[in-house]
Amino acid sequence: MSREMLINLSMLAVLILTGVIAHLAGQGFVVTLATKAAIFALAGMGLNLCLGYGGLISFGHAAFFGIGGYVCGILALHAANAMPLVAGWSGSNQMLLIWPLAMLGAGLIAVPIGALSLRTSGVYFIMVTLAFAQMVYYFAISWPQYGGDDGMSFYTRNQFPGINTLKPFGFFLICAGVLVVVTAVIALITRSRFGLVLGAARQNRIRVEAAGIRPFPVLLTAFVLSAMITGLAGALYADLNRFVSPTMLSWHMSGEIMVFVILGGVGRLCGPVAGAGLYVLMEHLLGGITDYWQILLGLVLLTVVMLAPGGLIGILSGRARHG
Amino acid sequence: MLLAEQILNGLQYGMMLFLMAAGLTLVFGVMGLINLAHGALYMLGAFACAFVAGMSGSYLMGLAASLALAAGIGALVEITVLRRLYARDHLDQVLATFALILVFSEGCRWVFGNFPLYLTLPPWASGAVTLPGGLQYPLFRLLIILVGTLVALALYLLITRTRLGTRIRAGEADREMTAALGIDIAKLYTLVFALGAGLAGLAGALVGTIQSVQVGMGEPVLILAFVVIVIGGIGSVKGALAGALLVGMTDTLGKAFLPGLLAGFMPQASANTMGAGLASMLIYILMALVLVIRPQGLFGAKA
Repeated sequence: MSREMLINLSMLAVLILTGVIAHLAGQGFVVTLATKAAIFALAGMGLNLCLGYGGLISFGHAAFFGIGGYVCGILALHAANAMPLVAGWSGSNQMLLIWPLAMLGAGLIAVPIGALSLRTSGVYFIMVTLAFAQMVYYFAISWPQYGGDDGMSFYTRNQFPGINTLKPFGFFLICAGVLVVVTAVIALITRSRFGLVLGAARQNRIRVEAAGIRPFPVLLTAFVLSAMITGLAGALYADLNRFVSPTMLSWHMSGEIMVFVILGGVGRLCGPVAGAGLYVLMEHLLGGITDYWQILLGLVLLTVVMLAPGGLIGILSGRARHG
Repeated sequence: MLLAEQILNGLQYGMMLFLMAAGLTLVFGVMGLINLAHGALYMLGAFACAFVAGMSGSYLMGLAASLALAAGIGALVEITVLRRLYARDHLDQVLATFALILVFSEGCRWVFGNFPLYLTLPPWASGAVTLPGGLQYPLFRLLIILVGTLVALALYLLITRTRLGTRIRAGEADREMTAALGIDIAKLYTLVFALGAGLAGLAGALVGTIQSVQVGMGEPVLILAFVVIVIGGIGSVKGALAGALLVGMTDTLGKAFLPGLLAGFMPQASANTMGAGLASMLIYILMALVLVIRPQGLFGAKA
């Protein structure tokens, strides 16, 4: 096992142990912080698949994060009020049903966005994904039925068989479990034939074409998969706060998801875990010192970009990324 | 009559977007830098104008301060941070300039607080004028259209007719060759960046006068400016002008007339919110259409 893989695994372990120890010590608040970090890490994992492995710099992943959140919120709202949603079916409060639907929702929107954005590359791609996310954002604002600008709350967390999701630790276990499963899936994807082509398309699209492989379907698939994972994170985030609002869709959120990936290390398996953990930690610690903690966050980010482009995992593994 | 007024509003909005987009597209065209902090410079210009106009009582002093401060901070940021990013990939540029937004926005919140500031117009620029045809239109909005037109003209002359413009075009075409001919490329870049920053600051001050000056005012405009330069073709000032007018018109006319159209087949209240939302989406639909037909933008060179 390489040094980087060990570091990846220990990042996951640190996050999970933080939750477990905080629970044993009776620190419910810290458990919730760890839950938030796990969810952000999951959102970053999604982005990392297309940004890190596929080289597609999407500045619009908040759209998928928010869509996942809204699917969760809408289903829960209809279930709680027994309001019919489609064909007499009135939503659901079962996470096991909500998750696939949230992923499906994010994925379905990602297909046209990805297909159109992939006609462009470079800076155009960044700006176009940003613009599409803004489109979704304005749509949510102008849709009064589900809260419009104010967002909507739902009063109880959705259910998972055998676990009391209202207990912070129960919900933490669910989020951490999802994160571990997704990490494993991404590790498998990047080692598969598909993952190899994806990495190749990042490095040199023309060569991939010359080798007889069309990069477009591969890149589009990666984009859609990435959106689905981020959408799943959005559904969990909605459940964490029991609230969804257009803020989840805003361009600032897209920037934050990108920050998770880059703080941890672009294209490193558990980079987003390290990045999201660091972000939540900074938000908590620096936020305690000053209300203007984002100035400090900005300076930290600048330092990372200028001096340590490999992020936290890059520093720890002491090795430039290849492949 | 209503249509004429809305067309003027669209023109004014488009001119304001052009002031933003011109700097953004120049900086990208010449240096290859994607600068998210452009919106922060716009905000800084607005704050500088509000502060200086409030202290000195002179609106023109405020405008001059917005230009000077935004250009000065732009030059400073270019020399200390951005200069190191030209050779890096776009991801690093996005991230570093995102970090700059955080620093500037929170810094402004720290200094000026959360409450919006308001600017009062001097008597010579306030009030309405009667246009031919009997339409009453605010004088200040006409002045914005005028400023935008003058800036567009000045930029055109600067780029096509002056020595500096020749250097800028040379720097755009081939950085090494330009440097080899003895032109100080670093100084040129700082100058171009400061020029773009100054225009953004001016736009911020002008819009801050119509609306209000507050933290976070720059980002919605920044994103629209991105749409503008994607539509117009990145790097093309002509494209930025065409894109800005197109986006300004689409947005203004959409917001003015969509709710009325929708009210034909839904209740008035929901037609209003829905119409406003759809009008905001219209710009992005326009952009998607342009990308499908011409991925390099209306005036872009082959991407």
